[in-house]
Amino acid sequence: MSAFLTVIRRDLLLAMRRKNEMLTALFFFVIVVSLFPLGIGPEPQLLKKVAPGVLWVAALLASMLSLNRLFATDYADGTLEQLTLSASPLGLLVAGKIAAHWLTSGLPLVLLAPVLGLQFDLGGEALAVLVAALLLGTPLLSLIGAIGAALTLGVRGGGVLLSLLVLPLYIPALIFGAGAVEAHVAGLAFAGHLSLLAALLVLAMFFAPWATTAALRIALE
Amino acid sequence: MLSVANLSCVRGERRLFSGLAFDLAAGEWLHVQGENGAGKTTLLRALVGLSHPDQGEIRWHNQPIGELAEDYRRELLYLGHHGAVKEELTPLENLSLAASLDGRRLDDREALAALHRFGLKGREELPVRFLSAGQKRRVLLARLVTRNAVLWVLDEPFTALDVKAVDMLSALIAEHVSGGGMVILTSHQAMPIAGGKAVKL
Repeated sequence: MSAFLTVIRRDLLLAMRRKNEMLTALFFFVIVVSLFPLGIGPEPQLLKKVAPGVLWVAALLASMLSLNRLFATDYADGTLEQLTLSASPLGLLVAGKIAAHWLTSGLPLVLLAPVLGLQFDLGGEALAVLVAALLLGTPLLSLIGAIGAALTLGVRGGGVLLSLLVLPLYIPALIFGAGAVEAHVAGLAFAGHLSLLAALLVLAMFFAPWATTAALRIALE
Repeated sequence: MLSVANLSCVRGERRLFSGLAFDLAAGEWLHVQGENGAGKTTLLRALVGLSHPDQGEIRWHNQPIGELAEDYRRELLYLGHHGAVKEELTPLENLSLAASLDGRRLDDREALAALHRFGLKGREELPVRFLSAGQKRRVLLARLVTRNAVLWVLDEPFTALDVKAVDMLSALIAEHVSGGGMVILTSHQAMPIAGGKAVKL
């Protein structure tokens, strides 16, 4: 367990020393979301309708941006090799890396989303549902993305391949995440969407670190 | 004790070596010799379990290393071609993070002593990015002191080191071997350490 926390501490420390990488993804999220109200124009009804989809798609793309660096820098400087040879189980270390990825790329999106949601005339309760959905959904994005990042490790042009591989797998998170907010805006029950999102998250928590570890071992061979 | 039987490795279409067998007991060291491209690094990576040999078996205390997994890795230290240190972190952070990833607590005094031993006094708090290639190598080598491994697997440990550091590393290896440790290394230089075996690929 201490190795799990050490990896998180290590990756957070590295993220603090390379702030620009983290901030790039955040600014991307802010700008993409802000472009829509400017492009569509001041029509509250329409904006309210597109808001969940726009916020979620922007969150998917923003979390994609930092994915290819999840393992690539460790792979290039040889520290990934040392991680696999450390006395702690690799699955635990990989889980730590995924957790750190969520803390640096997912959590900031969750915190920014309600502020950006104001541009779309979403009410207080709708914003709360949005935050809840993102809180369940963004860890799912990190977990699924990690599998893709490990599979494309060391592949030339891996960045594009990674998007092609991972974005289709993000579709369930997008449907249920955006669906929860849409349902609330339309005055329907949204708890079912959140439950499904939570179920997907639990499933991914069990299988994604395992699959990522297997893919990393193949990449290092 | 490490024993290798009938080992063969294939890289792409080419068979690098086959039928390789040797034993290494406590207090012995092995010099892996061969030309560039002969398969020295491939052999070392197979020995630490990073890659799987095409044929043959590697045993540690009579158990296959694949089954031992973490129990084997705890007794092992592999230093490869890569820097394997984080450029953004300081030498001190690199050492203590590496130690706590292994589940060991390294206090600052111990880490500083290791860095000073490798001539990095005054560079402890400087991000590794600002160090020279030889100094980066020294940061990595400091792990030899801080991690209590029995088996050292070193791939070209003398590259980028100056004469003084080469002497110090040789002394460290000799000390480890005479203390009952094991070392497997590749090097194109002659090694003046007793108790050595050699394998030619």
